[in-house]
Amino acid sequence: MSDASLRTPSQRIAWIGTIVISTLVFIFLIAPILAIMPLSFSSGSYLTYPLPGFSFRWYNDFISSPRWMNALKNSMIIGVASTLLSMVLGTLAALGLAQWKSRFKPLVLAFVLSPVVVPGVITAVGLYFFFAPIGLTGSYLGLILAHTALATPFVVITVGATLQSFDTNLARAAASLGASPLEAFRRVILPLILPGLASGALFAFATSFDEVVIVLFMAGPEQRTLPREMFSGIRENISPTITAAAVILTTVSVILLATLEGLRRRNERLKGEGT
Amino acid sequence: MTAASLTDADAKTSVPLKRRLKRAERARQLKAFALVGPLLLFLLFTFAGPIAGMLWHAVDDREVRQVLPQTVASLAGWDGKDLPDEKTYAALAGDLQAARAAGTIAIAAKRLNYALNGFRTILISTARNLKAMPEPGTAKEALGKINPAWRERATWTTIRDASGPVTGFYLLGALDLVRNADGAIVAAPPDQAIYREVFARTFLISLGVTVLCLILGFPVAYLLATLPPGRSNLLMIFVLLPFWTSLLVRTCAWIVLLQSKGVVNDSLRWLGIIDEPLRLIYNRFGVCVAMTHVLLPFMILPLYSSMKAISPAYMRAAASLGAAPVTAFLRVYLPQTLPGIGAGSLLVFILALGYYITPALVGGAADQMISYFIALYTTETANWGLASALGAVLLLATVLLALVYGKLVQGQQVTGGMKN
Repeated sequence: MSDASLRTPSQRIAWIGTIVISTLVFIFLIAPILAIMPLSFSSGSYLTYPLPGFSFRWYNDFISSPRWMNALKNSMIIGVASTLLSMVLGTLAALGLAQWKSRFKPLVLAFVLSPVVVPGVITAVGLYFFFAPIGLTGSYLGLILAHTALATPFVVITVGATLQSFDTNLARAAASLGASPLEAFRRVILPLILPGLASGALFAFATSFDEVVIVLFMAGPEQRTLPREMFSGIRENISPTITAAAVILTTVSVILLATLEGLRRRNERLKGEGT
Repeated sequence: MTAASLTDADAKTSVPLKRRLKRAERARQLKAFALVGPLLLFLLFTFAGPIAGMLWHAVDDREVRQVLPQTVASLAGWDGKDLPDEKTYAALAGDLQAARAAGTIAIAAKRLNYALNGFRTILISTARNLKAMPEPGTAKEALGKINPAWRERATWTTIRDASGPVTGFYLLGALDLVRNADGAIVAAPPDQAIYREVFARTFLISLGVTVLCLILGFPVAYLLATLPPGRSNLLMIFVLLPFWTSLLVRTCAWIVLLQSKGVVNDSLRWLGIIDEPLRLIYNRFGVCVAMTHVLLPFMILPLYSSMKAISPAYMRAAASLGAAPVTAFLRVYLPQTLPGIGAGSLLVFILALGYYITPALVGGAADQMISYFIALYTTETANWGLASALGAVLLLATVLLALVYGKLVQGQQVTGGMKN
């Protein structure tokens, strides 16, 4: 709504009301995340304001704790591996779905996307029953496979969205010029859909990096991830070390979000040039 | 050359061409499907299979059959009216002796104890006291002497009802129903009937959170959709940052804020509004606040995209036709946001139904939702049948709502606005 259209006083009041309420909601959304950060730099061991002093002791605690470092390592291993696997499976499927014409397509698409909607506990319980007899609980492989199943839908969605705006004539042109399908994919399609692939990968990594329900059910003591350690930490007694872990996790989210936003902007710019 | 032969020749060359085109198209479609194939196979193994397995656990009932095979076989011929015959008692005595030697009694005892409290003791004490096989023809008397429960019909109907191989026992149990001694489905005794309340609570909390998200999300989505793109993109960060922040970080943050010595209580005390710290966490209030915080972006994003699609020309047209702002908003703007309201509300409601982590961490015993019980019965008490049955009910509710959601967003752009 441009300011010129705010002609009547009642409209102005409604607009001001919207701004006030929205500001309060924005505070509600952001304040908790901001409030937890300074506490991680506290020199005291209580999670209260005002801070007694500034120190890095809880970060030190985090870095020198084998438990937290192992969790960070696990989160990275499982996150990267399931991102790679979901990228391969999801990109292939998105390419296939873009060309496939069938009345069963909506059904297949719904199935492919369903891991997002099905409650985490149900997937976790099913996997626990299914993977235990074949030795996949308490293993990295089991967790990587499970996280891949959760992450792939995001890859299919993001890559699929990129393919929608992709001009298939370009692939045909490549073929007519003598490129093999693989070569056409590598040298024509791939560079064009790369931003979509990158955002798919970010989504996949974020999904795995934040996942906790499946890890709760399936991880042995060796495979505990960062969210899993935070879960038990919150349950027992929140120490400032957990707030330090929270800040580290939030920093990772901000980096992921910023990268995604950068990709989106780049994409919009390219689109703007095209028209 | 006549005209007829010409068309004939045409037909000869054009039919194979058509067929060739069709064949090429079919090959293309096959190749397209082959690209989706790996993911389908993968999901079959890591998602559909496990869920089918869970559904199977909800009706699977072979424990008693495996431990007491002769008894189960003998009870198949029992009319259930009187006590079973001597042959069945002898079969049970034989089964118990074999099971004791194999060390498998606990498996059947656990299953039978779900159906009849105290059955574990009956079975295990009987097996322990049954030193030797009773003389032929005296099994009935011998077992009755060891434990009088064997003189009761209910003991035997319990075994019969648990003899599988499939059962509705767990599914009925998930809805607070049981089969009585005559096989009729009746309400479970009040001390065991807790799940309807849990489902109602899950439903109520989810509904409350959905309404809160709608009330808080609507003005924000409206603001973001009406501001010029530059400013709204900047403000969008306030929505996207929490969206991308780990669920556990956010839950942790709320505990820090709301605990009795937390920021909120301290501020309220400092302002002199309260004397004693309020109990803001580990109760329903905390659950609702934290869940609303977690799910609010899922409401704002679909609302935003539906509002973004509404042309301001409609409102201007309404105004130029003499509609008061309130009328224009209620009769022109609001109806157009309904698909967004529906999609956002359904999405939030679906996600809330299955929530586990947040209520588990910030809720009290009386705020736990259905997911908590599914997890509890899976890992703590190992009552897999009941866990699976409760899971099946939750899954059914989710699938039904997801189908409605699918219908609703059909045609609308599927956004990447879903993150677990």
